[in-house]
Amino acid sequence: MNDRIRKPAAKEVLLAHGSGGRDMHQLVEGLIVPRLDNPLLAALEDQACLEINGVQLAFTTDSYVVDPIFFPGGDIGSLSVHGTVNDLAMSGARPLYLSLALILEEGFPMADLERLLESIAGAARENAVQVVTGDTKVVHRNSADKIFINTSGVGLLEGPRIPGAVGVRPGDKVLLSGSLGDHGMTILSLREGFRFDSPLASDSAGLWPLVEAMQKAAGGSIRAMRDPTRGGLATTLNEIAARSRVGIRLEEAEIPVNESVRGACEILGLDPLYVANEGKLVAFVGPEGADALLEALRGHPLGAGARCIGTVVEDDRHQVILQTAFGGSRIVDMLSGDPLPRIC
Amino acid sequence: MKYIDEFRNSELARKVLKEIHDLADEPVRIMEICGGHTHVIFKYGIEKMIPPQVELIHGPGCPVCVTPLERVDLAIDLAWRDNVIFTTFADMIRVPGSKSSLQREKARGADIRMVYSSLDALDLARDNPDRPVVFFAIGFETTAPTNAMSVLLAREQGLDNYSIFSNHVTVPVAVRAILDSPDVRLDAFIAPGHVSLVTGSRMYEFMADDYGKPVVVSGFEPLDIMQSIAMILRQRREGRCQVENQYIRAVTPQGNPLAQQVVERVLEPCDMRWRGLGLIPGSGLKVRPEFSAHDAEHRFDIGSLPELEDPKACDCGNILRGAKMPWDCRVFGKGCTPEHPIGACMVSSEGACAAYYNYGRHNLAPR
Repeated sequence: MNDRIRKPAAKEVLLAHGSGGRDMHQLVEGLIVPRLDNPLLAALEDQACLEINGVQLAFTTDSYVVDPIFFPGGDIGSLSVHGTVNDLAMSGARPLYLSLALILEEGFPMADLERLLESIAGAARENAVQVVTGDTKVVHRNSADKIFINTSGVGLLEGPRIPGAVGVRPGDKVLLSGSLGDHGMTILSLREGFRFDSPLASDSAGLWPLVEAMQKAAGGSIRAMRDPTRGGLATTLNEIAARSRVGIRLEEAEIPVNESVRGACEILGLDPLYVANEGKLVAFVGPEGADALLEALRGHPLGAGARCIGTVVEDDRHQVILQTAFGGSRIVDMLSGDPLPRIC
Repeated sequence: MKYIDEFRNSELARKVLKEIHDLADEPVRIMEICGGHTHVIFKYGIEKMIPPQVELIHGPGCPVCVTPLERVDLAIDLAWRDNVIFTTFADMIRVPGSKSSLQREKARGADIRMVYSSLDALDLARDNPDRPVVFFAIGFETTAPTNAMSVLLAREQGLDNYSIFSNHVTVPVAVRAILDSPDVRLDAFIAPGHVSLVTGSRMYEFMADDYGKPVVVSGFEPLDIMQSIAMILRQRREGRCQVENQYIRAVTPQGNPLAQQVVERVLEPCDMRWRGLGLIPGSGLKVRPEFSAHDAEHRFDIGSLPELEDPKACDCGNILRGAKMPWDCRVFGKGCTPEHPIGACMVSSEGACAAYYNYGRHNLAPR
């Protein structure tokens, strides 16, 4: 197995290794996966789908280190529920149980901790999941930044599982449930102390109700679903294109971005396609089910802004190419480097 | 977005495009000097919208790209000096020096912080009076005024712990060097918009008068660039050779005299090496001796490092002068990628090679 270990070029861990982009992929696929070699892990989905005594379960874990810990639209507590619930939901599994592990910095205000726990409890209730196990650690001041949270989740696959990243075919449609970049730009503008006229707010939300509505409408047509978090939509699309060995053609004019996010991106020189989302999904669907699925998305408040943003094509180079609204075209590559440290 | 969407309107683009097609009756090689323009050209796919006989050559106007290896090494040296907070634009953080990058030294524990402006670095100096704060000053005439202003403010406010490491370069001297090199065939220039905001469009008159090249100062939206191309083609059609200003909503012939005065007050011309182009006499700006207390080179007595050759594998020099195209370089997209840049043109997203690699390589034949 060790002949598949590929050491990253860097001698130390860099922030870019956690950015969700190419450096992180090299770390995960070159250093981690070969050592822990098994087919469930090697699928590199956002969750593992396990069959135990004929019951199909989805299992996932995620750590949350967002700074600041409170932000418009949510906080690190609700985010730690939404993010893990969403990783389960993207496989088509109904999220059921979560674990909650807290790493607290000595001196962290108890009032803030209470506020975050209320937020976690509220988000769990809203998403019909229960926190059934947990852990608490406290580290010396400056050994962690305020609070880090890890949650793991278990969900139940009630129907056939969604094929996933290798199941996408030429002719499939690409559906996006709403506007891009709201979470990432909210965090970045807070961190950098920018003030914009129109308010920014995170889109942090649990997506299971949206997935459930899609499954009822035309579940059999769903080939793959992802929530484009770190690395943004661009990175997610590149992962899918590479793993399904297809190309993707996007229409810039169809990709929704809120005015305030566009403005903030414009000022900071960022591209909304690379900015993190925490309450959006992108679905690759067979053309026969595309209309019904788009309608199902739009019928739910979380998917009211859903659009069909592109098509899957045959392409030996597995490239994602954007037809610009201006009339030209360009490649949309995977995120490279680290434009937004610690956004989720 | 008001005042931006108008300049990305596809219907207007089609009209200008038609004009370009009508005017493009012979092959023409136009260099856009500025890396910001290069970025926009690729981001909007302009290169493939215009007729093939209009060739866009991507010039040396990316200050991140042209900062030589030894200056990055010196920046790393400064970042490790006792108690220093080293501040930099985010663009410089990944740029490789001869052995390491600021990104890597940050991971090793140097206190390196990203700022959006030298004025943010000045705030850090105010908040950390017992620590020296150094700002990595790079850029053309565009960033020089604010960076010079930070020195004036530091003196005025008694922030003795603040200094800048000046690596500023200036556009006209470099353009003259390119025009004087023998193997370069360029017919016209799209001149930088933001630089011209400070310097004024008059600065380019030598290019039209002495070298016979039409020049159009352009804005940064895709429609600006298309219109500038059309203006250049019209000059050629009408047999004119002038400096014209497309970016009239921002640029004047005289520029911004206040900004010019601040630069003049704090900085003075010096010789500077450009990555890819080599030494260009008089093309840099250093801190005047009067302000040496705020000059990191003087304050930390960093001396100079031996000049380092650009990596041999790269063809950056030829690419920056427009003598070769990115895909002519044998390491392009193979050994040299945006994650692991070898040469200057791949270092920043505004570099010609990075722009091709990130946005335009679907138009290149597979090799």
